[in-house]
Amino acid sequence: MAMFRRSLADMVRGIRANKKDEHKFIMKAIQEIKEEVKMPGKGAKVVAIQKLTYLHMLGYDMTWAAFNMIEVMSQESFGAKRIGYLAASQCFNEHTEVIMLATNLLKRDITSVNEYETGIALNALANICTPDLAQDLAADTLALVTSSRPYVRKKATLVLYKIFLRFPQALRPSFPRLKEKLEDPDPAVVSAAVNVICELARKNPKNYLPLAPIFFKLLTTSNNNWMLIKIIKLMGALTPLEKRLAKKLVAPLTDIMNSTPAMSLLYECINTCTVGLSEFTNVIRLCIAKLRLFIEDSDQNLKYLGLLALYNIMKTHPKAVLEHRDMVIFCLDDEDITIRQRALDLLTGMVTRRNLMEIIGKLMDKLDEAEGPYRDDLVRKVIEICSQDNYKYITDFEWYINVLMELTHIGRTAHGALIREQFMDVCIRVQVTRPYGVSSMITLLKDPRMVGENPEAGGMCEVLYAAAYIIGEFGSGSKQPKIVLEYLLQPLAASLPNHVQAVFVHNSLKVAAAAIKRQPAAAADILALMKARLPAFSHSTYLEVQERACLLLECVTLMENSPTPDVLAGELVAVFAEALNPVAAKAQKKVPVPAGVDLDAQINSPPPSDDEEDLYRRDDDDEGGDFWEGDRDEERRREKEWKKPKLSREEKRRQREQRKQRVASNPYYLGDSPVVRPEGLSEDEGEYGEVETLTADMLDMDGPLPPMEVDGRRG
Amino acid sequence: MSSIRYLLLVNRQGQTRLSKYYHENTARARAHTEAEIIRKCMSRPANVCSFFPYEGHKVVYRRYASLFFVVGVGKDENELSILEFIHCLVEVLDTYFENVCELDIMFNMEKVHYILEEMICNGYVVDSNKKNILFPLMLMEELDR
Repeated sequence: MAMFRRSLADMVRGIRANKKDEHKFIMKAIQEIKEEVKMPGKGAKVVAIQKLTYLHMLGYDMTWAAFNMIEVMSQESFGAKRIGYLAASQCFNEHTEVIMLATNLLKRDITSVNEYETGIALNALANICTPDLAQDLAADTLALVTSSRPYVRKKATLVLYKIFLRFPQALRPSFPRLKEKLEDPDPAVVSAAVNVICELARKNPKNYLPLAPIFFKLLTTSNNNWMLIKIIKLMGALTPLEKRLAKKLVAPLTDIMNSTPAMSLLYECINTCTVGLSEFTNVIRLCIAKLRLFIEDSDQNLKYLGLLALYNIMKTHPKAVLEHRDMVIFCLDDEDITIRQRALDLLTGMVTRRNLMEIIGKLMDKLDEAEGPYRDDLVRKVIEICSQDNYKYITDFEWYINVLMELTHIGRTAHGALIREQFMDVCIRVQVTRPYGVSSMITLLKDPRMVGENPEAGGMCEVLYAAAYIIGEFGSGSKQPKIVLEYLLQPLAASLPNHVQAVFVHNSLKVAAAAIKRQPAAAADILALMKARLPAFSHSTYLEVQERACLLLECVTLMENSPTPDVLAGELVAVFAEALNPVAAKAQKKVPVPAGVDLDAQINSPPPSDDEEDLYRRDDDDEGGDFWEGDRDEERRREKEWKKPKLSREEKRRQREQRKQRVASNPYYLGDSPVVRPEGLSEDEGEYGEVETLTADMLDMDGPLPPMEVDGRRG
Repeated sequence: MSSIRYLLLVNRQGQTRLSKYYHENTARARAHTEAEIIRKCMSRPANVCSFFPYEGHKVVYRRYASLFFVVGVGKDENELSILEFIHCLVEVLDTYFENVCELDIMFNMEKVHYILEEMICNGYVVDSNKKNILFPLMLMEELDR
């Protein structure tokens, strides 16, 4: 029966027509293809391989037909060969068993008299080159580099790079001929040689420094933009190694920058100048002028890259970049958030003592209209700009406190902690601002939005932590301590995160003590207020809050029962009077170790070595060959997150036995109960949470064990 | 790792019309990459840059009619030059197919591959001159008949 053979076009049409059950149609097509490759005659196989190549792109495996591809590649017809080689290029790799058969085929084809046959074979070699193929075909390829046909010379030169990658020993003997190609009469061949050498030089620039003169000549004579870009990149890598090179590059690079219409080439020049010619101020000025054109262009790509490049220049020439401040501020309004972020980065380096307030003012204006992650970026930037270099650019700290206060009005933010740190840093370290700081904090405390609206940890309520602390530490002169106390101990405060509550409670003591000491007459009032409000906190489920509140209640009771509460208060004030200065991060290291103390000496003899590490050993058997690479990475990531031990049942049993033995000899373990892991994971638990030997004693705890999350399901 | 890691032509329904990878990969990884990247490209508004970082490298893309031309490149690559390359590729396709459209690419997948082979080798751009690229292709067409 003569089968009506479907051509590739037929199959593509068929796939389009069968959108609903595409997979079924394709599986049927693959069945047909399997028949077609077995048919005698050459035509059927070619069409079959052609169709398979298409299906491969859609994700269907074609490696089973590898031998058939070789058959098609060996055909005489150019069209058939091409199709075979293309198929091989898409799927052959080191693990393809028939690739050995390709060696002779390739050898024959690359030495063909027909330059286009040579061409397609070389293309294929570039794609599928394995170490074996590289070794076997290196000499032939090298011979082709001096072919009389420029087309062949070009392709052979390019393939050499792949050969070097797979068979590095080929580099040394090939190099002289490769170098000659830099002066080949055909510009395409020169370009190919430049391509290869630039890639080689990236890994090892020093070895290619002697070639600098040739590249220099090409730089000044060629008009092939791609090649120029590669050469300029290479020069950028070489300039750190040879100072004189930088000086020589000034003229040609300036020429190119002034004359080329190609933005890509201009951009590459600017990058290289930034990296290698930064000491030549004229060149840098030219770069900045060109970058201004980039940034003012309506093309978003140019804007983005312009800002990025300007940022790089700013690191070495901050003053020159400063002149363009207005343009950068203008970019803060751009629709593209990545452009806005680059503009923000730039601004950080553009501030001076004189323009700080103006710039921050502009940023604060933008804050109103900003949304989403950009708003948080702005907040972080404002703080970064102001606090950089130890607040070097701030002239008026009260102004800064106002800025921080304004930031607290934006409501939801991820940077509550950052703002909190700033308030505390400024008030602690800049003494003169303390009175102003305290009054601002009291305003904050009285603001009903602060406590009520943002109770999540990390959000704006973190600032209240700072507020309470600052008022407590520095607010002893407060004129209305009772009102402050009312706010510190307000019932709503119990909805704040526990670390904030704890600070509220603790500082209420400081405020109360200072007030009573100063005005003994007010003692009764104050103590009554505290006694009324504190129970809400002493019943808290948070340990820290509970403890402090209970402590305070005791103090209150003591003072109530004392005839002279102000004396007691005075003692408390004395306790709090010592200044708590910030400690430098490296201070501990500076403390000299006393003589005769060896910090590394063992205090007790170490316990017998646990096989703890083995439990966290990953079981390498789980990972199959290279085939599911993507999966493996994902699995590895997931494993890291859970730190789950991956063990076979045997291993687990073995370790359980070992552990039982250790437990038996250790007097501190109770009876037979198995050891419970800190996360609530019993050592007996299998992959899916089945617990094998759970005893009644273990279950007898306060409250149920929290359900364990396994594989994303609660188990 | 070569400078160009892969080149994709994907339409707005997420169907891959052409894919060329210059490094080892698996069918699963390809499908995953292609789906994610096209999703990212399509979700970006019209007025943002044509490139973005992705999994340790950069993706440069541009839409021509119904097709997204997407190129994955290394971190050091000059994005503008890749955009110019994409444009060059489109011009070559246009000349070769005489006003190219998505269907041309679908029904002539190998021809597009052959064109690409004259433009990129080993993951590096070798020629961006239209004439140089088309000339050998035309000659090979003759051989193919």
